[in-house]
Amino acid sequence: MQRVITARETGRVVCRSCSLVAPAKQMRCARCNEWLQSRDALSQQKVWAWLIVGLIAYIPANLYAMLRTTQSFRTTESTIVGGVVDLVHHGAYAVAIIVFVASIVIPVGKFIVIAYLAILTTRRHRTDPHRLLLLHEVVEFIGRWSMIDVFVVAILTALVQFDVLATINPGIAAVCFALSVVFTMLAAQSFDSRQIWDRLEGKSNHE
Amino acid sequence: MSTDTVGCVVCDAIYSLRPELADQATQCARCGHRITYGKRATLAWLVSLSATNVALLAMVVFLPFLELHSGQFENAASVIDVVLGFSSGIMVPLALAVLAFILMLPLSRFLLLIYALGPIAVGRRNLPYAARALRGVFLLKPWAMAEIFMVGVAVALVKLADLATISIGPAFWIFAGVVILNAYQDTLMCRHTLWTALICNE
Repeated sequence: MQRVITARETGRVVCRSCSLVAPAKQMRCARCNEWLQSRDALSQQKVWAWLIVGLIAYIPANLYAMLRTTQSFRTTESTIVGGVVDLVHHGAYAVAIIVFVASIVIPVGKFIVIAYLAILTTRRHRTDPHRLLLLHEVVEFIGRWSMIDVFVVAILTALVQFDVLATINPGIAAVCFALSVVFTMLAAQSFDSRQIWDRLEGKSNHE
Repeated sequence: MSTDTVGCVVCDAIYSLRPELADQATQCARCGHRITYGKRATLAWLVSLSATNVALLAMVVFLPFLELHSGQFENAASVIDVVLGFSSGIMVPLALAVLAFILMLPLSRFLLLIYALGPIAVGRRNLPYAARALRGVFLLKPWAMAEIFMVGVAVALVKLADLATISIGPAFWIFAGVVILNAYQDTLMCRHTLWTALICNE
């Protein structure tokens, strides 16, 4: 593979919005007016800030009720995990797996992967950058899918409104969970993917 | 070799296409068959797909999305009802967020794209702030969650299966169409092509 020349090495900067290359000192992109930065110096801080807020929001999202179902004057509350257990009891295994993956596996996996990337890229490392980039892209792509459960709650609430017979209302956890998803999406977006290559030791594995 | 050899599928004529020509629309000299679509046609595709999606989304808002029957009870919910389900007290911000994720953001992406690229597709000069509009299209991409909503609908259907009978309304199918068209549209969105087209049109 031929040697790759980066924009920073040639004293230039790539616009992350429209891919135009500009001199390093230029503040904003001539083509799309985006702010230009060779490396986002605050990236680490932003990633950790959003990640921690996301984690904080994720705790009440699991402890409190996602759904409040009132059926013949009896109100039952179900959390995220409770909802999955209910689905398993109904024999809907495929859907139970979808909800479990979207609300538990993806968020938890996302916290771990973003933290791993943020820690690793600040020090000199020998990990294959392509694998790290893949991790980052997977996290960015898959993170939005956690919203499934919030939308399910919205649909159930809209459909099941039969006064005394049966009503479904959203619980406070729905808000917390939505916030957690948004914050972790922002954390993934704040991560500067160019840093993956910057501190690579012994550049033998990508040249 | 710096040139590409392409053949006309209709009349078997062979052309060598210089790289700068591959950006433009080319036709077979003998039978007139389109050999390359070029930038202009791609832009026209993007804009017309966006316009289609805007029209479809407008229908989604007013038609029933899901209908639920349970004994003598009946309830039809449009997408707006889904959002209003949250509209009490502390849930209002969540209602607004859901409305934005499933309707407003996909809709604004389509409108911004029409605004930015529409003039190029019909051969006019760019409208003011076209660059900002195009930047917005890319910026909003991860926040438009129409396709995730569809999966949410599927999960909700299963959860309600033993509580009531649910029938799917016309808006559901239209919305599914929007999701598919939007996925196809995103495959056509090459940052470099679009930005070059925008800047060359000034």
